[in-house]
Parts: sequence; structure tokens; C-alpha cells
Amino acid sequence: MTSAREEVLGRIRTALGEHRPEVVVPRDYRAADERPAEQLREVLVDRLEDYKASVLRCGPDEVGATVAAALDAGLGPGWDAGSVVVAPGVPAEWRPDGATEDDGRPAVELAAFAATLTGVAVAIAETGTLVLDGGPVSGRRAVSLLPDCLVCVVEAGQVVGGVPEALRRLDPTAPLTMVSGPSATSDIELERVEGVHGPRTLVVVLVA
Amino acid sequence: MTTAPERTDPTPLAPGAPRSGTTFLGLPTAPRGVGHLRGDRPFPDAARDALRDGQLRANLGHATSTIRAKRARVVGEVPDWEQLRQAGKALKTATMARLDEHLVELERQVTARGGTVHWARDAEEANAIVTRLVQATGTDEVVKVKSMATQEIGLNEALEAAGITAHETDLAELIVQLGDDAPSHILVPAIHKNRAEIREIFLRTMPQFQGEGADRDLPDEPRRLAMAARTHLRERFLRAKVAISGANFAVAETGTLAVVESEGNGRMCLTLPQTLITVMGIEKLVPTWRDLEVFLQLLPRSSTGERMNPYTSTWTGVTPGDGPQEFHLVLLDNGRTAVLADEVGREALHCIRCSACLNVCPVYERTGGHSYGSVYPGPIGAVLSPQLTGVEDNASLPYASSLCGACYDACPVAIDIPSILVHLRAEHVEAQEKTTPEAAAFKALSTAMSHPRLWRLTQRAAGLGRLLARGRPTLPPVLPPPASGWTRSRDLPTPPRETFTQAWAREHGGRS
Repeated sequence: MTSAREEVLGRIRTALGEHRPEVVVPRDYRAADERPAEQLREVLVDRLEDYKASVLRCGPDEVGATVAAALDAGLGPGWDAGSVVVAPGVPAEWRPDGATEDDGRPAVELAAFAATLTGVAVAIAETGTLVLDGGPVSGRRAVSLLPDCLVCVVEAGQVVGGVPEALRRLDPTAPLTMVSGPSATSDIELERVEGVHGPRTLVVVLVA
Repeated sequence: MTTAPERTDPTPLAPGAPRSGTTFLGLPTAPRGVGHLRGDRPFPDAARDALRDGQLRANLGHATSTIRAKRARVVGEVPDWEQLRQAGKALKTATMARLDEHLVELERQVTARGGTVHWARDAEEANAIVTRLVQATGTDEVVKVKSMATQEIGLNEALEAAGITAHETDLAELIVQLGDDAPSHILVPAIHKNRAEIREIFLRTMPQFQGEGADRDLPDEPRRLAMAARTHLRERFLRAKVAISGANFAVAETGTLAVVESEGNGRMCLTLPQTLITVMGIEKLVPTWRDLEVFLQLLPRSSTGERMNPYTSTWTGVTPGDGPQEFHLVLLDNGRTAVLADEVGREALHCIRCSACLNVCPVYERTGGHSYGSVYPGPIGAVLSPQLTGVEDNASLPYASSLCGACYDACPVAIDIPSILVHLRAEHVEAQEKTTPEAAAFKALSTAMSHPRLWRLTQRAAGLGRLLARGRPTLPPVLPPPASGWTRSRDLPTPPRETFTQAWAREHGGRS
């Protein structure tokens, strides 16, 4: 008896027949964005704020203090550093004192944390997208998913113009999460509402 | 790879009825008696009821006009939209031309990275594979990410028959599931419900609002309704052992799967459970990683009218220490190869399920999705469903269109839906074994129009129609059958006192 695999592949060959068209894919869309870096950062901020994310900008020496301010914005002042989980590769100087480093505990236990701090792999200005790649700085996927407030630090060199440039920088086989604003839905009367199952608050610290 | 499971048929057909039709080159279409590709009634009958529902029309009018404006704004700001669209079209054409090779490559890559690939000839086989996989984990409940493919094959019903509860986690799918309803839109399955109706469903069905002392304070604000869904599903996500998803894209060269979503329910399902089962139509793949740069620009702007959807997840096989440690990919045919065999109709397989064509369609906006009888409604449904099932099983759908072409303009991969509709109408007409009144009428008309004397006589005879009109500009809508088939939904103008040729002859002389 023919296996389903052989049968489906056989059907495809029957359907396509002998003469298969040679197709040339036109790639005359924009592959790169030549705008200056500062302009791209401004576009990124504009897009993120359009999604109701908050953006704080700072210099390279001020990341730790700005992360603290971001957590003030996300959790309200007086937050407990122990309720903040950080991806294991996040530099020490970004971390609030007393924050918990993700140690690979069962994913569901991460739901008890109030906030997460991670870096990103790349950020896309035109679409307001942060890409997390599952590496040490981005953290495993559950870390940036379960706590209700997500703080992401984006460094100047990580901002690209459009989607094509971002995909070129990424490893396709890594578990990628592209985040564009807080979780949202348009399922009720097609009106966008921010905040469903993923983090309801997204605060971005843009270093540049 | 897997061997064929034993076949079970939940709804046996009449003895002697064919299990499924075949189309060009004898390729089988989606089987009857399973899944949701066929309606109980022809489109015009279902549409007539829908048109009488004022609330439905108000809900649809509001929702589709909102999304049309959003889409137009974000598409308008992309200077190379048309180039992206043409690239998307070419990529899909190229994918289909080598579909077998790309699928084999996808299988090789997924397997090399720790996943298991299964092939399903049709809905029944896919349902049996998934059921068996869930049973092997020992659990009796699963969480689901919104997926058209699993709706198409009726997976939830198959799981239920095996004692497995499937929790839909997309907000709109949840509304449909709790309301014991059917989806009516590809992107927003509960588009036919407004906020007040959704509030009623939640208060009636969610355990958190039941029992003595339950806080039943739930305003119909969308934000509060979304919060109710969050509370309802949170614990289910955290305890789930198995998730079932669809896929928006699969990359053949890397074995990467992608799910595009908004709420984070997708991330929950793709990240937390131990086992992930993805059911994907064989047409959903793209050859290379780079190709996603086109579709990840086209899809969000076309579907929700956003520059980018809140969350896109990609995964390749299994990643140690991150996400499900067991991954199964079920590749589904269910009539797709029959569509592929039709050189005109195969373009329907290019669809990336954005639903832009639904939102711009004047027919969809008025009748809603249920009238189409299939999980694929609207213009794309009208070309896809009849091809998946064989046109005779959805014979009214190719006619569920005014051929205005708005769908073609809106389609991000430039599927020429109007041409496929006309092609399927022709196929339906040619499939008729008995002469229909319409065919007889056109045959007679053809004879009359080929003979000038006969034509003039016909025109004179048609002039008698003026007696029926009694001075009104159109003939009465209630002509006896078979003419009623035409006049029920169309105005038939009263024949003029004088035809053009008669007027010409009167003014310029010559034979009349």
C-alpha cells in the first residue's frame, strides 16, 4: 500500500505535469533603508509609541538608571526588584539590584514575576518591531511572555530600517519572537485593544 | 513519516454515495462527511436570510468599514507596495511549480532539527494522526491557536469524539466556541457579533461568572471583554501539555515554521506545552528564509491594517531548553492537489489568508461569512471552497460575486479572483448533464441572433413584455418559473416601445 507521503507527492507531480514554469521573482522592492541612523531611531520611537509602547532614551552610561525608570513606568514606583526576572545574558550594569536571573526553572513558574528585562537581537524602525532570538541576551521565549510587563533594551547599532535588513541579521533556526507593541486584539468589532495574553505593558529603553 | 491510520467516518453517507469527487486528472477532492467546506444550503438561500438580519448587517458594516480604512492607510504609506505584491505573486507561483521538491526539503530540515513530519491525504487522515498523537501523550485536553486548516478538517469535532477537549485560545475563536457558533471571517471569526452580544456569551458561559457570589460586573467595553478572556484562559495555558497550531508560513530550506498573531495566545501555545502539533496545508510554504521578507510586509498591513502584528513566532524543529520538546508537523492535502491540477484555479493556493478580499467585498459585507457555508468565506472562499470540494459540491459559490474586482485590487499576492470565478462558472455549466432553462434560453438566443429575420421577430415578441410591465420601468419580480430564477434577484427592464434597429430604420430609411 502506498504511503500518504508517496501518494501526496505523486498527486503533486500529476497535477503539475511535465512542463513546469520557470519563474523569475522580481526583487525590485526596497532591500535597505539609506536614511541616517538617528532618523531611523526616530521612526522606531514613533512606531513603538503608535502601538502604545513607552520609549525612554538614554546614553550608553545611563542604561541601569533608565531601566529603573522604565520599571517605574511599567510597575509603578516602589516595585520589588525580586519580582523582576532578567535574561541570563543581560549585562550586570543594566540590571536592577536584586533582580532574579532566569535559571531555566519550569516555564510556568515565570508567571509569578511582575516584569522581565531583556535585550533584543535587532529592531526594525519602519514597523516598530523588536526581534528576540532566544539567545542569552533575549532570553528563552517564556521569559518575555509570562510576566505582565516587558522592558527591552535596544542598542544603537541594532536598529535597522526595514524587514529585509532585519531578516538578514537573524539566524532562521533560532526560536525568534518579533514583538511589535504590547499584546493586542482587534477581534471585537475590529477595534484594536492593547493587552490580552502577552505582556500588557511594553517599555523600550533605546540607547543612543 | 507515518503509515495511513485506520479510517473512521463520523457521518456515514448514503449507501453508494461517492466518498469524494475527483477533478482534473482524477485527483481526489476533499471528502464529504468531515470538516467544514460545504454548507447545508446554496449561497442565495443562506444569503437571503442573512440580509434580513439587521443587527448582522450593522455589525458587518461597522467592522468592515473600520478595517478598510486602517488597511488603506498603512498600505498607502509603503512606497514599494506594488513591487512587494508582484514579488509575493511570483514567489507563490515559483513555490507551486516545485511544490513536491520544496515539501521534501521541508521534511528533511524539520526532521534534521528534531521534529517529526506526517503526511495526510485528507481531513480524516489528518484528524486521525492528530488524535493519535494527543492520545499518546496521555492528556485529554489541548490548547489551540487559531488555524484555518484545523477548522477546515473539523479537528475539534474529531478530538471531541475521542474524548479530548480542545480549548480555542484566540479571542474571536473563543467567542465562537463559547457561543456554539460558526466562524464567519478568516481573520476575525466573530466579526458578526458586536460587543453587547459578546458580553452576553461571556456572562453565560465563562465559569468565572457563574455560581453564588460571582462578580458578574462585566461592561461591554472591548478592553474589559479581552481581560475576561485573559482570566478565562490563563490557567489553561499554564497547565496545557499539548498545543495544536496552524502555520502561516513554512520555510523549505531551513525547516522554519511561522505563526503570525496579535494576542499572545499563539506564543503561549507555541512556547509552554511539552508537545506541539502543527497542521499545515501543503501550499503554505515558501522556498527560502529570504522570501519571508516579502510576506511579513504584505500580511499584517493587509489583514489587521497594522504595520506589523504584535507577535510573530518562528521555530525550527525543537530547541533544547526553550519551548516544546516534541514537535509534529502534519502536512495536509485535502483537495489541494486537485486545485493545483487546474492551471487557472491553482492561483487560489497562493492565498496567505489575510482576509483583505472579504473586507472590501460588497457581497461579503452584506451577507456575512456564514452564507458561504465554508470556513473560507468571501471572494477567496468562493474560489477556494468549490475547488477543494469539486465545483458541484459548492456550485453556488462561483456566482456569489458581482465580479466588481475589488478583491483582486486588495489581494496582497494579486490573485485574479474574478477570472477564477468566471472559470469556475464555466466549469459548473459544462458539468451539467441535463439542459438547464438558462442553457436552453441562451441556445435559443444564439440561434435568433445568428438569423436577422428571426432576431427581428424575437425583438417584436419581446415587445409584448410591455403588457406585463403595465407602464412601469421594470417587469414584475414575480414572473413564473423558470423566469423567476432570473427576476428574483435582478431587475428586468421593460422592453422599449421601439428597438434601436427600428429607430435607425425610421430615421435613416432602409428595410425594417
